[in-house]
Amino acid sequence: MIELSGVHKAFGAKQVLRGIDLSVATGESLVVIGGSGSGKSVLLKCILGLVAPDAGRILLDGEDAGRAERDAFLARFGMLFQGGALFDSLTVWQNVSFRLLRGPGKLSRVAARDRAMEKLARVGLGSEVADLYPAQLSGGMQKRVGLARAIAAEPEIIFFDEPTTGLDPIMAGVINTLIRGIVTEMGATAVTITHDMTSVRAIADRVAMLHEGVIRWVGPAAGMDEADDPCLQQFIHGRAEGPIASVR
Amino acid sequence: MIRVLATTGRGTRGALASVGAVVRFAAAVLGHLFRPPFYMGEFARQLLAIGWQSLPVVGLTAIFTGGALALQIYAGGARFNAEAVVPSIVAIGITRELGPVMAGLMVAARVASSIAAEIGTMKVTEQIDALVTLSTDPMKYLAVPRVLAATLAVPALVAVGDALGILGGWLVGITRLGFDETVYLRNTADFLETWDILSGLIKGAVFGFLVALMGCWHGLCSAGGAQGVGRATKAAVVSAAVLILAANYLLTELFFRA
Ligand SMILES: Nc1ncnc2c1ncn2[C@@H]1O[C@H](COP(=O)(O)OP(=O)(O)OP(=O)(O)O)[C@@H](O)[C@H]1O
Ligand SMILES: [Mg+2]
Repeated sequence: MIELSGVHKAFGAKQVLRGIDLSVATGESLVVIGGSGSGKSVLLKCILGLVAPDAGRILLDGEDAGRAERDAFLARFGMLFQGGALFDSLTVWQNVSFRLLRGPGKLSRVAARDRAMEKLARVGLGSEVADLYPAQLSGGMQKRVGLARAIAAEPEIIFFDEPTTGLDPIMAGVINTLIRGIVTEMGATAVTITHDMTSVRAIADRVAMLHEGVIRWVGPAAGMDEADDPCLQQFIHGRAEGPIASVR
Repeated sequence: MIRVLATTGRGTRGALASVGAVVRFAAAVLGHLFRPPFYMGEFARQLLAIGWQSLPVVGLTAIFTGGALALQIYAGGARFNAEAVVPSIVAIGITRELGPVMAGLMVAARVASSIAAEIGTMKVTEQIDALVTLSTDPMKYLAVPRVLAATLAVPALVAVGDALGILGGWLVGITRLGFDETVYLRNTADFLETWDILSGLIKGAVFGFLVALMGCWHGLCSAGGAQGVGRATKAAVVSAAVLILAANYLLTELFFRA
């Protein structure tokens, strides 16, 4: 269970988060939507402690995330970064098994490589990419390697920052199914950021919309279409006219 | 006038704050040296990149510097009929001063820049954030292996540089200045003291530490895309070079105060 209350974050004079109240239940798949630059990525980074919030509380299972023992806290999480953030000095399989090769409970190189291959297969990548370097992959392939790395250690909580951008529709479908499968089969908690409404419908139990620094709307994915929030309606139908300005 | 004072004051305060931050960073790196986990693979890779791959450039600069030094000392010595001091002064000049300083500056150019560019790129492409989320401390995984490798590698480079610098002086001495091959070498060996060499190696260790520290610090501080990485690289090289020369003066005062 992740609970945020009153989370604020500003960069200089720019107020990005202005009091986020949000909770994610264990085993739930939450999708966060919102305009480009609205602070979705910053929100995930605040939860992980990569960005220090200016105010507010973030609790993980009732315990303050900022005070938790860092290693134990982070071991519960997996994160796919928006830009992939692969280590370009390491090969693909070493990237995927980075956590498995280090720290407590580390695997042998052979076992870690096997696990990396299995995860790569799950994101639709064959064994021929395993020994390439990230710079030798296409953007979409890098994204999928990042996804494989996020799920490699089978964490309890996984954050996906735009998992399907840059992928073809078929591969996007594979990834949507994968994320849904991780939640339903493995009981993981997932928070996904996406702009793709097909993904939202495929992945989400609940949807939260971030707008002007607050959670503007939150509810079950099925209730999204009936909701009478004009911002949400403009967003899901992709209209240029409406309460959300198109110049931001 | 008041505005000038205020600006100067702000500038000074900013400079002092960043000096404080760098000192804290150095202390943190030193603290991590003795606490696990240790990334031996990374350390070995850095030792190779910083030490082994700097050998050609350090060796070449040492040979040329030794040769030029021999010519200058000969010309200077000739003014009071003291040409015979060439072997001993070349040896002292190389081992105490030019060996460590030249090696330090060449490593600053090669290594401070590449460390800053690599870590800076990792910073702006979120790779540092990714490291953290994978429960790996960037200080331990990136900074400590580099700083340790540079601190150990530069003295070794200085030792090689000393030998090649003296060789450069010897080559010029016997081919251009009419010295006898064995007499030149005997002069060098008789005159040189252990402390001449040791003090240079200690300087080398300090310079290596400073180079890697500046590379890591500016790399980790970089922000703002490719331009930010460029700025960090430049700042790393400049600050490493200035710190090397300042530290060299202080160490010389400390070691050889009259
Ligand atoms: N490190 C930073 N320094 C300064 N400003 C930042 C920083 N990180 C984010 N911002 C600002 O915070 C705002 C929100 O950024 P964020 O990356 O969270 O957007 P986003 O909702 O993920 O957008 P997108 O959908 O385009 O990825 C942006 O206006 C950005 O300029
Ligand atoms: Mg984003």
